[in-house]
Amino acid sequence: MSFRPDKLTRLPVQPRGDIVPPVPGAADDPVRALEAAAVDDALLQRLISGDEQAFDHLVRTWSPAMRRVARGFVSTDASAQECVQDAWLGAIKGLASFEGRSTLRTWIFRILVNIAKTRAVKEQRTTPLSSLASDEDAGPTVDPRRFRPRDDPERPGTWTSAGQPRLWETDPEAGALSSELRDVVWAAVEALPGRQREVVILRDVQGFGGGEVCEILGLTAENQRVLLHRARAKVRAALEAYYSGETT
Amino acid sequence: MSHERGTDIECIDLVELVTDYLEGALDQERREMVEAHLRTCDGCKVYMEQMRETREYLGHVPPDAAEDLPDQARRELLDAFRAENPR
Repeated sequence: MSFRPDKLTRLPVQPRGDIVPPVPGAADDPVRALEAAAVDDALLQRLISGDEQAFDHLVRTWSPAMRRVARGFVSTDASAQECVQDAWLGAIKGLASFEGRSTLRTWIFRILVNIAKTRAVKEQRTTPLSSLASDEDAGPTVDPRRFRPRDDPERPGTWTSAGQPRLWETDPEAGALSSELRDVVWAAVEALPGRQREVVILRDVQGFGGGEVCEILGLTAENQRVLLHRARAKVRAALEAYYSGETT
Repeated sequence: MSHERGTDIECIDLVELVTDYLEGALDQERREMVEAHLRTCDGCKVYMEQMRETREYLGHVPPDAAEDLPDQARRELLDAFRAENPR
């Protein structure tokens, strides 16, 4: 199917849903990735041809997600909003030179992340030279005291009876998360070290695929998994504390 | 090793493989090792399930719905787009 930009410029803006917001797992699912790429391609043609409706629709559709992602880097909502605006301005300038080596969405979010990172450094929220070897990215994610010692004669390295995780008494009737619980989860996310927070927001909060997150943040697949693991383990621990009635 | 098979994995190590397992990043041998362990270990079964739940919970934050850009900001972006793409 070939696109004719002259015709496409006059196409009405598609109903909501055509321009897809981040689809969970799309980047790791070949079929969905292909669909996303087709949408991307059509969209790109319309943007390049100066289709203002397509641009405005894209801004409306992606900005809320972009704002959430930016908010993981910078310290205020106002600052996050400025990141989003700057990212769109950057995208407008760069569109002509966009080479399609990544998807449009990945490209725009990468612009956003770079802007948000720069701003975060100015706000001193993250240190620019943090490396994977830092303390927060190494060591056990579960307190070793919850396990028997590795040289235990009977059951080395197994959960102690006190350390073993207890089932959470969740309310199956409550379909959505209570606002209290959401506050617990979000507070845990905000307390994470910078790179873990970045990864978990893109992956789990925003629903990007692992491959896409690697592209956006410039991580190897393995580093991405390590950061995701550590982030989820800390959020799990916060939930555990909440369910066991501990105050965090 | 007190476990029935020498290839068994200990709980203290399994908890660090949970994300690799959920991400499908383990090779077949280690994946099977994890699954065999989960069949017999309640503590790790609960831990694995809670990491899955944590992932689901994270899909429901932040608590406040992210807002759209204000109209003024959107108009400015549209102006910038128009300026870059003169008809």
